[in-house]
Amino acid sequence: MTTGGSTIEQLLAAKEIVVVCGSGGVGKTSTAAALATIAAADLGGKVLVLTVDPARRLAAAMGLIGLGNAARRVSPEAFADAGIEPRGELWAAMLDTKQSWDDLIRRHAPDAATRDAILANPLYRNVAGRFVQSHDYIAMERLFELHSSGVYDLIVVDTPPTRHALDFLEAPERMAEFFSSRLLRWLLAPYRSRLVNVASRPFYQVADRVLGSAFLRDIAEFFMLFQSMYDGFVERAKAVERVLEDRRTTFVVVTTLESAPAHEARRFVDVLVSKRLHLGALVLNRVLPAELLDQGSSDAARQLRATPEAVAASLLVDHPELSDDPKLLARVLQELGDSFLNFQVVAKREAEQRAEIGVAADIVVSVPSLETDIFDIAGLARLAHQLR
Amino acid sequence: MVGVLDRRLLFVTGKGGVGKTTVAAALGLLAAREGRRTLMCEVDAKGDLTAAFEAGEVGFSPRELEPRLFAMTMDTEESLKEYLALQLHLPRLARLGPLARTFDFLANAAPGVKEVLTVGKLAWEVRERHYDLVVVDAAASGHVVGQLRAPQAINELLSVGLVREQTDWMMELLNDPATTGVVIVAAPEEMPVTESLELVDQLASTGVDLAAVVVNRVLPELFGRGEEEVFARLVEPAASAALSAALRRPVHRVLDAARLAMTLRRTRAAHLSRLRQGLGPERTVLYVPELFTRSHGRRATVQVTEALAAELS
Repeated sequence: MTTGGSTIEQLLAAKEIVVVCGSGGVGKTSTAAALATIAAADLGGKVLVLTVDPARRLAAAMGLIGLGNAARRVSPEAFADAGIEPRGELWAAMLDTKQSWDDLIRRHAPDAATRDAILANPLYRNVAGRFVQSHDYIAMERLFELHSSGVYDLIVVDTPPTRHALDFLEAPERMAEFFSSRLLRWLLAPYRSRLVNVASRPFYQVADRVLGSAFLRDIAEFFMLFQSMYDGFVERAKAVERVLEDRRTTFVVVTTLESAPAHEARRFVDVLVSKRLHLGALVLNRVLPAELLDQGSSDAARQLRATPEAVAASLLVDHPELSDDPKLLARVLQELGDSFLNFQVVAKREAEQRAEIGVAADIVVSVPSLETDIFDIAGLARLAHQLR
Repeated sequence: MVGVLDRRLLFVTGKGGVGKTTVAAALGLLAAREGRRTLMCEVDAKGDLTAAFEAGEVGFSPRELEPRLFAMTMDTEESLKEYLALQLHLPRLARLGPLARTFDFLANAAPGVKEVLTVGKLAWEVRERHYDLVVVDAAASGHVVGQLRAPQAINELLSVGLVREQTDWMMELLNDPATTGVVIVAAPEEMPVTESLELVDQLASTGVDLAAVVVNRVLPELFGRGEEEVFARLVEPAASAALSAALRRPVHRVLDAARLAMTLRRTRAAHLSRLRQGLGPERTVLYVPELFTRSHGRRATVQVTEALAAELS
């Protein structure tokens, strides 16, 4: 259900990159896949969803198992099975952090010797997965690469689960900063020249004691190799940043209406605004039905809870088939009232969260708690239907 | 098998959104109520842990939130300063400006440095017996293995030096199941169950024992024996019309809500049994019911604490 002036479909038609973000566990991955499904099915063209960590069954349905970094087209048969005849093509790719790093090194290494030295460095192998929020950076880097390849009309990116939902926005900047760090140069100084500055000597003595000089030497070698790629990296990080700022890029924030994710989503919206990035839509996921807030139903539930025996007795007059045990029927009626009021408490809290957060975006979509998990194209189509 | 709260260092983890912090807070509160001097530590400085006690911000120095219950927020730079002051007998960062900055840089760059400063500080509190129990609101399930493996990773990277010596006792403490355990918080949903089972496998590589799996938000069965049949007859058009007439109010939405509750419960029950099957019969599994609370503040913490107390008694 969409509220606000325009629709998700219009947004998807107007943009080339959609970055789907939100805190962990809110349904980012399936939302990203569903957005891409909408675009491929209704708008046509070549649409890619770049996903990070899909549920196994969904990954299998999209043909993503064991693919590494390669993109693969979701088979038209999978759409046909779901009763959809897409106008365009849906492609899917997973993010393989280690492979992406290796590709990056291959691209930026000044010569074959440096490239091999880095790839073989035990520290690099240890580091590639974790280095300076490398997951975040590599996701944005891959996005840049895919976009500049010119192969796709629209790319929908599912962002990695980070500690803070916004880490990946700062990743390119941090990466550039890291490689231009004065500290890095300082650390490498003694290994570049035999003349260690008198002032810094005590530092190395302490560092030797704490870490051991062998480790310091390993680190220094590793960073020296990395420094040879400095220019390429910084330039690349800046280009990645420009893509995020481009008007053809939009951000879709996904959240549930529970307090912690909603709080994180509000912060995320603030950051997008302060960085002047384009907030395209807000997706409120797994929202309880608005019917739970209905006053008449609420009164009925309260009455069921308060006087179940009386209601049961009057019901049994005309409908003896319901049960031959009035107590059993009364218990069912009371539980019905209880259950409604329980869920109503949650629905009320959700309505309040929605009122607070819903003002942030032009397009706000509420997606109800779907009855089953999403594990195939038909499931994505159901979610897509809710998003439209 | 060692009881969950009989250990001295608990790392509470789980997929984002499953209630990891609330469960960590509840375990801390439960231990403190049972008379144990307890330290809770939030590793991601988001302030959710103290929010569970309506307690405002806490820093690196622990603050007593209520009798015997202390809270702190991890800060790796502070941890490093404390470590240097203790180990090298250096004045607390008087002349260490550039050194600290370099370490900060190293901590960002080298694998496991931040993690080892986190785990090291907590293990140290346990070793020095400053507290009876340390409960860590640890990294989410995707990151916790890196955290727990950090001492080992550093140990493998460094051949000599003070840090290496330190990792030896840390590993010993972490790998002792009577002392240290991991609590995985899951919700009965697809991804949280899948991630929890994957994490159980990965934990083997860390040498840290699994203390328990806490399943949060378990929906109670709406109807008991024989009741579902009554409900099925009740939703027949004639019967539900009669019910609306008896109440003089439309009742179809109440019936819809019950159907929703039954569907949710059925889906969750399926995930729950997948979790149980994957874990096997030997593991401790604790259930916390869906609370239908108004907030995630102290009230919710107290309710989860009571649910856990009932499960552990």
